[in-house]
Amino acid sequence: MITLTHFLVVGACLFSAGLYAVLARRNAVLVLVGIELMINAAILNLVAFSRYDKAGYGGQVFALFAIVLAAAGVAVALAIVLNVYKFYKTINPEDIRNLKD
Amino acid sequence: MEMQVLAFYAFSAIAVGSSILLVSIGNMARALFLFFIVLFSVAGLYVFALADFVAITQILVYVGGVLVLMLFAFMLSSRELLNQLQNGTSQFLALPAWQALFIAVSFLAVLVYTAIHIGTAEPGWITAAKEADATIRPMDNTIQHIGAQLMTHYLLPFEVISVLLMMALIGAAHLTRKEGGT
Repeated sequence: MITLTHFLVVGACLFSAGLYAVLARRNAVLVLVGIELMINAAILNLVAFSRYDKAGYGGQVFALFAIVLAAAGVAVALAIVLNVYKFYKTINPEDIRNLKD
Repeated sequence: MEMQVLAFYAFSAIAVGSSILLVSIGNMARALFLFFIVLFSVAGLYVFALADFVAITQILVYVGGVLVLMLFAFMLSSRELLNQLQNGTSQFLALPAWQALFIAVSFLAVLVYTAIHIGTAEPGWITAAKEADATIRPMDNTIQHIGAQLMTHYLLPFEVISVLLMMALIGAAHLTRKEGGT
């Protein structure tokens, strides 16, 4: 029997890996991948808790919403990354110091 | 041990192992393909949580859309990384930043502690659902219920999120437009 704890531990591992990527990587696209890992861990938790909510299906519905939000976020963030690369010729977040031209 | 539990452990080992390799590998193209593996195995875990529709959506949206976008951004943004990939001289593991490692490991410790203790002190609504035997079963038709709930109970979030998705798409198209055109 797979219990709730199994899912929560796997989600915790994925979240910590994403947190490490966000803090340590020097590449904007990989920082974005780290954020996606954290979102996936959160969706895993929503889905695991949703097994006990037969009346409302709240967890699964909000998991779908979270997937859509993540996709919209990636589209905008990658557009910004490409613009930043065109301007600065680098995508290392530590080299980018100004917001305006 | 049951077949189901073995398969669950296999999927979670693939997901956790490749996500740890993903955040520590030096080569960006390999990291993106490892992200592909992580997304597929997490979709497998959703099936074990009896959410097959969410699993299919994960494969369609993430693997079909997000990952292709990321590969495009990678190829358009880092020419020197592509050269590095062709020469094959990149270091295999990037040097770990110990401060970030410390924060991530301590956060993992807090989360695992909480996850283990939820087995002994689980929330009241989960206990009530277990006693009333009202949990989702593998044979249930979840897609029909999700569709009905989306159109009735969760209609307002559904509409809000569709407007937000359109705003994000227009914003992305506006950000990537060519300068000087009308």
